[in-house]
Amino acid sequence: MTGLIILAVYIAIFVVSAFVLKLIVSQRQDYTSLKTVTFGDESAVTSNGTASVISIVTIFLIWGSFTGSSWLPSILHAPAPFVGETSFDYTLEDANGVTDTATVTVRVMDFGEKTEKFQVDPGEGMAKDDAVSMQASRSVTILFDKNDEATRKEGAKVVAINGTPISNDAPLTLDVGRFALTDKGAISFSAPRGLQMDPIYLPPPEDVWKRGIEIATEGYRNFYLHEHLAYSLFRVIAGFILGCVVGIPLGYAMGLNGWFRGWFDPIVEVMRPVPPLALIPLIIIWFGIGESGKVILLFLASLWIMAIGARSGVSGVKITKIHAAYSLGASKWQIMRHVIIPNSLPEIFTAARVAMGVCWGTVVAAELVAASQGAGMMIMAASKFTLTDIVVMGIILIGVIGFGIDMLMRWAERILVPWKGRG
Amino acid sequence: MSELAIDNISMRFDLPNGSSVQALKNVSLNLKSGELLSVLGPSGCGKTTLLNIVAGFLAPTEGQITLNGDRVVGPSAERGMVFQQGALFEWMSVRENVGFGPRMKGANPTATREKVDHLLDVVGLSEFKEKAVYELSGGMQQRVALARCLANEPDVILMDEPLGALDALTREKMQSLVLKLWKETGKTIILITHSVEEALLLGERLLVMAPRPGRIHKEYRLPFADLGVDQDLREVKKHPEYASTREEILSMIWDMEEEIMGRQEA
Repeated sequence: MTGLIILAVYIAIFVVSAFVLKLIVSQRQDYTSLKTVTFGDESAVTSNGTASVISIVTIFLIWGSFTGSSWLPSILHAPAPFVGETSFDYTLEDANGVTDTATVTVRVMDFGEKTEKFQVDPGEGMAKDDAVSMQASRSVTILFDKNDEATRKEGAKVVAINGTPISNDAPLTLDVGRFALTDKGAISFSAPRGLQMDPIYLPPPEDVWKRGIEIATEGYRNFYLHEHLAYSLFRVIAGFILGCVVGIPLGYAMGLNGWFRGWFDPIVEVMRPVPPLALIPLIIIWFGIGESGKVILLFLASLWIMAIGARSGVSGVKITKIHAAYSLGASKWQIMRHVIIPNSLPEIFTAARVAMGVCWGTVVAAELVAASQGAGMMIMAASKFTLTDIVVMGIILIGVIGFGIDMLMRWAERILVPWKGRG
Repeated sequence: MSELAIDNISMRFDLPNGSSVQALKNVSLNLKSGELLSVLGPSGCGKTTLLNIVAGFLAPTEGQITLNGDRVVGPSAERGMVFQQGALFEWMSVRENVGFGPRMKGANPTATREKVDHLLDVVGLSEFKEKAVYELSGGMQQRVALARCLANEPDVILMDEPLGALDALTREKMQSLVLKLWKETGKTIILITHSVEEALLLGERLLVMAPRPGRIHKEYRLPFADLGVDQDLREVKKHPEYASTREEILSMIWDMEEEIMGRQEA
């Protein structure tokens, strides 16, 4: 239910901001704006930077709103669950049809606060007043007859709440909250839940931020945040470099020599579709859960991608370039060094970007399975103790670092192979 | 005195289905130093195959080629090649492309630099020395390819439709440039083309080849290349012999194409 409301809010912000921006931002007067055919013209579609900014702000806005974040003014908060003291009356009818009314005082504690038993004056009559403490957004079963003179065992039952009749098949929703009777006749009560999420499911952004600071300064599971991330990155880089050192020469050999190609083609083509995750069990059996196992897993994850990239880089060299180099007097080694290798670099960079992406995903998954430090391990350990803030922080950091790695690779590609796609 | 001798070359390709294609049959030709030969013919007459054999990229099934008495067995720096396009190295600047051959030989860098500067001056690209080749237009790229070939000082320059991908105006300018370079350097040049005009203008000798099997059909000795060295090529085209030879060759090729079509229909 809350999910549907969030989706509706999200779509509304998407649509409304598009229209509002169209109204307030004047149309750009460039070549594209003069094109009459834009639908279907891929070159006329450019990523709207404002939309990206609004998109990210919206995610944080919705996140903050539905978790009651202190970073947002309370006017933007989704309705919060009821917190505080409330009370209702129940009418008890004993086996003989005699009725009496008593009051239940309920203290609803905010998220994260502990419930505490307290006493009220029981009052007069057959039914006595009760005191219950509960947590926001939860429900509580009230054993109202513990202090009453007529108990459920003796045939007494609740017939009305605040004067409104209630029975097993007819639950009640009043301003105070929702009421239902359990099979055994106890009152199940939930105070108004509002729309905000319990931090156990989704903590507000400031909690995630604070937790991040806390782990960065005090550590989690004996390691600081930067150590967890550095371990993951180290594994990725070590595995990736090993994959390159073996995979690129292998790919070159496969591109240049028929025996190599025939020998390794079946191996590479069969290993390529195997997701690295499927190798984790075997790697653990062979190498244990230590550092070497993870590096070997990442080595295998990048090896096939790099080999295939290097192979197609070599195969992709235009024969006229090779012919030209030969008739300019270049030796085989010089052709390798000055023609084949630079010609294959764009393909190798594409493969490297894919391999880095796969390695980063794989290292997190491998750490989820078994590790004593690392980004994936942090998430997994935290989830066992429902430390949702650490889980959310870990996911965000993994995403941001993965994105950062790709940006870095793209930047390196622009600097190192500016001729890519211009051949 | 360098002389290129093509001695009774035949080339047969065996196809996977068991049949074979006779791409060249008994082609013989002698080329003296400094001669400019253009080779013309309908598609499938084996002119590119002939060039690849001379360059050393293909070994003929029969016959042999000698340059200055040495048998051609593979590609080498004495036979420079200019391709239609896409043979420049995008990862090198214009200067590095032109200096590629001398660099591979380990020539003195200062001398190479001077030579490259001079050649880029000759082809009119001195302002583009440090540019990347993919930043140049198609015509400029072909000028780089010419300069790169010349920088290596080959005995023979082989050109495989070097101007085929250029627009008409650029092409005309490049034709003048080829003539100018031919006269200045005195290189032996073989130029493959499918443009009759280009073959007439640039061929001191002109070879018309016929297909199936690829063979020499007729050879001409023409005055236009010499005329074109000093004259505007448009003036050369007004020469009465130019028009008549052009008509003769066009109808010759037309007949060959007709014959192929007829054979296919039968």
